[in-house]
Amino acid sequence: MDEVAIYAFQIGFAFAILILISLGLAVIFGMMRVINLAQGEFLMLGAYFCTLITQSGVNLWLAFLLSGLAVGVFGIIVEVVIIRWLYGRILDTLLATWGLSLFLVGGVTTLFGPQSESVAAPLGRFSVGVYGISQYSLVVIAVALALLAGTYALWRYTRFGLVVRGTMQNPTMAAGLGIRTWLVYMLTFGFGSALTGLAGAVLAPIVGAAPPMGVFFIGKAFITVIAGGQMPLLGTISASGLFGTIDGVVSYISSSVVGEMGMLFVAIILLRLLPLGITGRLKRGI
Amino acid sequence: MALRVLGLTAPSKKPQPWWWGVVALLALFVFTIPLYLDVAELYSISNFLVLAILALSMSFLWGYGGMLSFGQTAFFGLGGYTYAVLALNTGETTSALLIAVLLPMIFAAILGYFMIYGRISDIYFSVITLVVTLILEKGIRATSGDQYVIGSVRLNGQNGIPTTPSLQLPWDAKAQLDIADVFYVAAGLLFVTYIGLRLLLLTRFGRILVSIKENERRSELLGYDTRRYKWLAFVIAGGIAGLAGAMWGIWGNFVGPNMFNLNQAAQVVIWVIVGGKSTLIGPIGGTVAVQYLTDWLGTQGVGQVSLILGIILMVMVLLFQQGLLPSAGIIAAFAKDRLGLTRRGRAS
Amino acid sequence: MSEDVVLETRDLEKRFGGVRAIAGVSFKLRRGELRCLIGPNGAGKSTFFKMLTAQLRPTAGQILFEGADITKLHAHQIGRLGIGIKNQVPDVYDGLTVHENLWLAASAEAKPTAARAKVDEVMARLELGPLAERLVGELAHGQRQWVEFGMVTAREPKIILLDEPTAGMSVEETNRTAQLILEANKSATIVVVEHDMQFIRQIARYVTVFHQGAILAEDTMANIQANQTVKDVYLGKSGSA
Repeated sequence: MDEVAIYAFQIGFAFAILILISLGLAVIFGMMRVINLAQGEFLMLGAYFCTLITQSGVNLWLAFLLSGLAVGVFGIIVEVVIIRWLYGRILDTLLATWGLSLFLVGGVTTLFGPQSESVAAPLGRFSVGVYGISQYSLVVIAVALALLAGTYALWRYTRFGLVVRGTMQNPTMAAGLGIRTWLVYMLTFGFGSALTGLAGAVLAPIVGAAPPMGVFFIGKAFITVIAGGQMPLLGTISASGLFGTIDGVVSYISSSVVGEMGMLFVAIILLRLLPLGITGRLKRGI
Repeated sequence: MALRVLGLTAPSKKPQPWWWGVVALLALFVFTIPLYLDVAELYSISNFLVLAILALSMSFLWGYGGMLSFGQTAFFGLGGYTYAVLALNTGETTSALLIAVLLPMIFAAILGYFMIYGRISDIYFSVITLVVTLILEKGIRATSGDQYVIGSVRLNGQNGIPTTPSLQLPWDAKAQLDIADVFYVAAGLLFVTYIGLRLLLLTRFGRILVSIKENERRSELLGYDTRRYKWLAFVIAGGIAGLAGAMWGIWGNFVGPNMFNLNQAAQVVIWVIVGGKSTLIGPIGGTVAVQYLTDWLGTQGVGQVSLILGIILMVMVLLFQQGLLPSAGIIAAFAKDRLGLTRRGRAS
Repeated sequence: MSEDVVLETRDLEKRFGGVRAIAGVSFKLRRGELRCLIGPNGAGKSTFFKMLTAQLRPTAGQILFEGADITKLHAHQIGRLGIGIKNQVPDVYDGLTVHENLWLAASAEAKPTAARAKVDEVMARLELGPLAERLVGELAHGQRQWVEFGMVTAREPKIILLDEPTAGMSVEETNRTAQLILEANKSATIVVVEHDMQFIRQIARYVTVFHQGAILAEDTMANIQANQTVKDVYLGKSGSA
């Protein structure tokens, strides 16, 4: 029984991590079709903001929000300086954001040094039979679900969400209707960045903050969003579910590296069978 | 366009006699370098030459096959490790070098089959190749324990294999090549790869490959199975990257997980972008220039090389689309035009 | 007319989302024919062509070439069977020269020497010789159309599909294109989509009228011109009949 519970927990946790690291990418890449290779570094910035803010004595939960906000603002700056000039030039966007990614890794290393900064994980542990589980990992799962629900609600039920979806579908038409599409793009990019920053902050108590941490997550995030296919949110959820299960189980049996290789292997086979991703055949939805 | 401005012909054209002349002169120049440089300088130039082979693999695939693979470092690293493990196990380096080319080709064949025959889009192709190299890096990094042994060789995780042997003469295992010899081998292989690719592009295969880059749908409608040509190009490029990896191991007597990492992958892209992907010779120049710059920056202690690389990449993409060399050509042509110095007569 | 059917579709259908772009087309083409497809914009002519050449997958129905089902084949296999197409927008290699464009078309099937001979022959027939070393992207619109026409014929296909071969051409150019098509028809079955009624009268013997994704009428040119329904949906609007 404990065995089952611990597997369920492993899978749930892996699922939550995948959701956290890919949700911002699902907005930026999945919806806006902007390939942001610096996505992992946005995550890293979130983690750094979180350590800096908590070190200055601010409450951790508030630090999460502030970090998200800070990375959101940073994302808006990036959109204005780089991304805006490259819409429609997908490969160039990819190369420029790759440059940004290297720049951020180098910059953060110069400012804070290569060592890892840590944030004390709050809350204690509880046990399931012989296994110990930190309560904070339950928080991670809860935050992931909350962000997912929040993003869905924002897209589905608000005027802003409608405007964004309309603009992404047909920018010319949206512009014709008097929507300031440049503003929509800017804000959407900012929103995706903020989600990523918040995710980085939430991860900070688990993995700390270090310059190369982005690279650690970027691969997983892209596999998840690509395999998810055309519908950014539903696709990300289903791919996270699938890969979370593989990652959780394989990592538990073997090691996390093998888990990740398993994910990649399944993703490549999946793309051979469903080139448009899991939700590629569905017609409507987000 | 840029090619015409510079007075170069597209590589799909038959080389003019002067091209062979230029190549011969360049070869003559390169092969006399050891006469007037000391060993330390020779050593760092050999590195540039080896990395230029890697740049050729990328430039062939991207500039002529239209496939932007971010993961040529996957084959680079794989080639390096294959060579190191085989050479240390068998004590014989010639066959190790050959297999270090073959194994990455086989890996490219399998990976390419899934990606190219799955008809995934260009962007997914780029992202997946990048993810593959990152995950291989992670995999290699995780092999630090004693249980990760191939034959008698420990993989050593983070630390790589610092005992990678230099090349021996095929007929005499005792004759290890020294730094100057490795220079000659690296230069020779670079020239062979360059000329080989240049000639390959003239064959039926090469022309069809270029046509696919130009307009894949038209090639399909004409009856070409474009997937097969792209797949073959991917396999060839994988082999070239593997060769570069093995040579890099031979050059530094070391292979390590950094061969796969993001910085290395980014550098390959930067070399090709700086040199311009519309020629094969450009990326070779780009490699030498960028590597020289990063080496120099390293000795100046300006801190993070990746910071500089990042800035170069962003500036190149935002301001110099064609690559530095062709961009310079366009600017020169524009200036000439403005000054009224152009000779009349060109039909276009 | 003999019943040697070279191409046939059965209840061919294509849906885009909720829209039926092609709504059950059953079409027969006899060997050696020169058929014209006409119909108002959006009638589904280009979509129909794209399905015949596997650029689009039909939602339902069958395509038969010389009696064999080719519905599920890939575009390159269709090309190899001998169905060539000139798409509506010139679909050429803009970055390559005229000679290279034609060479690529000829080499798809022929051996090297035969391919070279074929290129020379096509260039002579289309009078493209002086342009051989020019980049196709630099040519005028009409010339690019001819290059594409040359590419399609260099392949020596059994069926040639031409989607608006005279779009953007001057009167002389159009007349010349009509001649070229009639000449090509000696060795191949041809289907032409056109809007220019003048041009169609010049070449057509048998005409199929598309309307709202279905075949509205199919008859000789003379009968089509007299057909009241056709006049209502199409000819009346264009005002040239």
